[in-house]
Amino acid sequence: MAILSLGGFALVAGIILAIATRAFHIEGDPIADKIEDMLPQTQCGQCGYPGCRPYAEAVASEVAEINNCVPGGERTMIAIADLMGVEPKAIEAEEAIPMIAFVREDECIGCTLCIKACPVDAIVGAPKQYHTIITDHCTGCTLCIDPCPVDCIDMLQKPELIEHWSWPLPDTQRSRIGHQRRESHQHV
Amino acid sequence: MLIHISSPHMHGGNSIRITMLTVMIALLPATIVSVYLFGWLAVLHLCLCIGACMGSEWLALRLMGRPTTPVLDGSAALTGLFIALILPAAAPWWIALLGSIFAIILGKQVYGGIGYNPFNPALSARIILLISFPLMMTTWVVPMHLGGSALNLYDFNTSLQIFIHGIQSIPGHLDAMSMATPLGHVKTAATQGIPVIDALKSYDYNLLDAFLGSEAGSMGETSALALLIGGIYLLARHTITWHIPFSYLITVAVLALIFSSIDPNQYAPPLFHLLAGGLMLCAFFMATDPVSSPVTPLGQIVFGVGCGVLTWCIRTWGGYPEGAMFAVVLMNMAVPLIDHYCRPRPYGRKT
Amino acid sequence: MSDSSLFQSLMHSLGLGHSDFNGGIHPPMHKITAAQASEVSPMPPVLIVPLKQHIGEACIPLVQIGDHVYRGQKIARADAYVTASIHAPTSGKVVKIEDHRIPHPSGMGLPCMFIEPDGHDTIDPACLPIVNWRENDPDLLRERIRQSGIVGLGGAAFPTFIKLLRDRHHPVHTVILNGIECEPYLTNDHRLMLENTRQVIEGMQILMHVVQAQKAIIAIEDNKPDAAEAINACLSKQRLDLTVEVRLMPTRYPQGSEKQLIESLTGKQIPAGKLPLHVGVLCQNIGTTKAVYDAIAEGIPLTERMVTVSGDAVPKPKNLRVRIGTPMRFVFAQCGLEDFDDIQILHGGPMMGEKLRSADIPIVKSSTGILAMHTATMQSVHKHEDPCIRCGHCSIVCPIHLVPNLLADHCRNNQFDKAEDYHLFDCIECGCCSYVCPSNIPLVHYFRYGKGQLAQLTRERRFADESKARSEQRERRIERENADKAARRQRVRAETKPVLDGKNSTENDGDAS
Repeated sequence: MAILSLGGFALVAGIILAIATRAFHIEGDPIADKIEDMLPQTQCGQCGYPGCRPYAEAVASEVAEINNCVPGGERTMIAIADLMGVEPKAIEAEEAIPMIAFVREDECIGCTLCIKACPVDAIVGAPKQYHTIITDHCTGCTLCIDPCPVDCIDMLQKPELIEHWSWPLPDTQRSRIGHQRRESHQHV
Repeated sequence: MLIHISSPHMHGGNSIRITMLTVMIALLPATIVSVYLFGWLAVLHLCLCIGACMGSEWLALRLMGRPTTPVLDGSAALTGLFIALILPAAAPWWIALLGSIFAIILGKQVYGGIGYNPFNPALSARIILLISFPLMMTTWVVPMHLGGSALNLYDFNTSLQIFIHGIQSIPGHLDAMSMATPLGHVKTAATQGIPVIDALKSYDYNLLDAFLGSEAGSMGETSALALLIGGIYLLARHTITWHIPFSYLITVAVLALIFSSIDPNQYAPPLFHLLAGGLMLCAFFMATDPVSSPVTPLGQIVFGVGCGVLTWCIRTWGGYPEGAMFAVVLMNMAVPLIDHYCRPRPYGRKT
Repeated sequence: MSDSSLFQSLMHSLGLGHSDFNGGIHPPMHKITAAQASEVSPMPPVLIVPLKQHIGEACIPLVQIGDHVYRGQKIARADAYVTASIHAPTSGKVVKIEDHRIPHPSGMGLPCMFIEPDGHDTIDPACLPIVNWRENDPDLLRERIRQSGIVGLGGAAFPTFIKLLRDRHHPVHTVILNGIECEPYLTNDHRLMLENTRQVIEGMQILMHVVQAQKAIIAIEDNKPDAAEAINACLSKQRLDLTVEVRLMPTRYPQGSEKQLIESLTGKQIPAGKLPLHVGVLCQNIGTTKAVYDAIAEGIPLTERMVTVSGDAVPKPKNLRVRIGTPMRFVFAQCGLEDFDDIQILHGGPMMGEKLRSADIPIVKSSTGILAMHTATMQSVHKHEDPCIRCGHCSIVCPIHLVPNLLADHCRNNQFDKAEDYHLFDCIECGCCSYVCPSNIPLVHYFRYGKGQLAQLTRERRFADESKARSEQRERRIERENADKAARRQRVRAETKPVLDGKNSTENDGDAS
């Protein structure tokens, strides 16, 4: 009797589990998707992977470290660490000021090499015409710098807009102490 | 310094020190009554507790390498005042000292100092003392105002001797110098199966004495009138709001009314509950301690009702005669939860 | 904290009693300029007109350097929807267009047009009044208000014509004229009500006509009984006292905030994320109403406004009618203040105004007042921040019913998702919480920090999503191109192979022959 009832219970549980697997089936790798959502999508390749999606997949499968995304900075790293349930790691590269690329048009020879290199199609221009970078689309990945044969692309600091200015933390001892403590916790 | 400063560029002038001073002024009537009832003993306790609290606060801040200016913000002195008022007069000096150190170091500074303590420091110190030294914390000296006391507490030397060596060092019978509190008497009677009405009769209980304070009890808890005056002052000064004290007192009164009308032999009447023990002090001063009570009006009402239910339950069914301090400390634990769920409905939103 | 009695606060909490907003404070009002008639400020040597003076998109200049402009001539065009065009404040010559500091807490600049007055102050001949506005189509009047560059002059600078749009589902039945002016020091609306009573009332009638409202309420704080008297006298003279009601409101900050005023007057709360027209009212500031009158009945676009010049460092505080673009240094000089050592300048009232970093900033449309305060006064206000003792006074005074201390904790700790859950974006930054805080916590500053960070996060998220979409699009395109290339190669190979074969065969043939 005991064996029968236990066996019956196991059977029911098994059926429920089987149904649940079907009902709650998720396509793809949900962790990789979540990590990809956290990444800044600059597609810069500074992490050593050819884009944000491949890096997200590598982190999700624990092949890559969580601290390789340079443009994402500390905030992205901490978000990934929270999601993966691992300890935060220090970022080796210094946090950079947001930059955008700029073509010196009088020197451009219209070779289209930079257009081919841009991962987000932010450069417009035709062969033998000046190329221009759409500043609103540029992610500042610097992938267009090397291919340029005449070295006419500069990285300039992204202009600060008054609309995008935001208040810094209050300059009081209490808010400073709070931030110092948080940072020292994160780097332990 | 003044680069990025946000509006408003005006301030009402309120400060932590002013808040603490207001509470101390509100405690003045109760303090005067305690000195009137317990003479030099009360004065000695007051000085020791306030000094010890400020001293241990200074020490704790020094050891942690923090600025020591908060010693003077009045919060440590207020905690000391509270401790003196909730001690029995017969407690020797080292109990007062231990209580003060407990309150400041374990009740406040280990959590990060002012603003971060989850429990009321004075009440947690009293609970620690009550559990650690139950006998000394429940020996109640007969107040000076009641005739027939064998002790003259207005005499400095007698008081000093009790203060230093304890009441046992005084020659004479202990029963002549001490008496039970009404709550303690009723509790003892209940364990012996004596009905409440008979117990109160045998205690010679009368409501006016309880209201004015001519009864045994902690130094500052006996006079409901003095505490009420202080509470109304705090309400008038807007230092506290009506939510906690009213919901607390009404809950206790309603519970007592319901049960005492069902079975007056087993349950004490509402006015007895309201005037007895530390309820008034807890309702107006301890439960309204800003740091360890909820911030939202609705949360404060929930908090007050919770305190009331717990107080009445502990007094009626618990092992200790007085439940107010346990109730407040237990409810202190629930404050973050209460704050989260009792947020007011913002302007123009439905939920 | 409110002075209302215990009973009243009990009634409030139970939702009984007369309708009124919850919370609020009673700061000292310092209305030193209230009894003084306003003066007209002289023309400065150069006017600096910022090309963006409102919430919304910046304007595109319509004139070039060296051009001569008339007063009221449109010098910058507004293309976007939420925007207001800019007009020349006086006649003169455009000297240059370059970045210059504007009244903004960041201290950053925007493109500004520098105009040298020619001294004639000639009004643009194209500026014509609509005298018979009562017979005119409301839409036409609204378009004129839009073309006149009118924005809310109470400080928010929200383009006025958007509030005047008519919605078939939400007809406006009441126009509320906001004569509360609850900010300390400021008295410009008070003076307008006294000195331009007729114009303000006609402006209100124009607004009623535009939105086709039957009723109007003029709300005035009870510390300005003379203004109420003047308005009442003017109303009874024009036999308007049946449709227009003057209400004296108790003096309490922030009574003049639109949301709070509507709640006090109608008992209704504007649903979150909605406009006043969703509860059937239109709320306009006194200055804005006067500007509407000027634009319609006089034909002059918004080029001048009343500014309160006050503060404890100003020797002769007064109300001045100032042209937009007048540098503040020039305005302060009219009031006897020349030396700005150890003086802090506030733009707006002390409760919601911003501290500016220089006196060489022009007056803009949203300049309700400019205050000069001694640095010591400011330092005594912005003191050392102590830990929160959770006294709950901030929750009591918050007119939006938030829990400021917990909200500030979340902002300080960068827990922005929690801050949003505590309705951070509902905060109107009135400053009541900071005003009553015994620990001197700059609560509003924390909220502004949190709002800025959240906006930044949202922007970055959107940019990342767009970049991702572009990157994916590019990958698809490259794939398609590669596929096309491969297909073409195959096709070419398939087509050329027989030819080559044939050629080879002929060659072979040739060889063979």
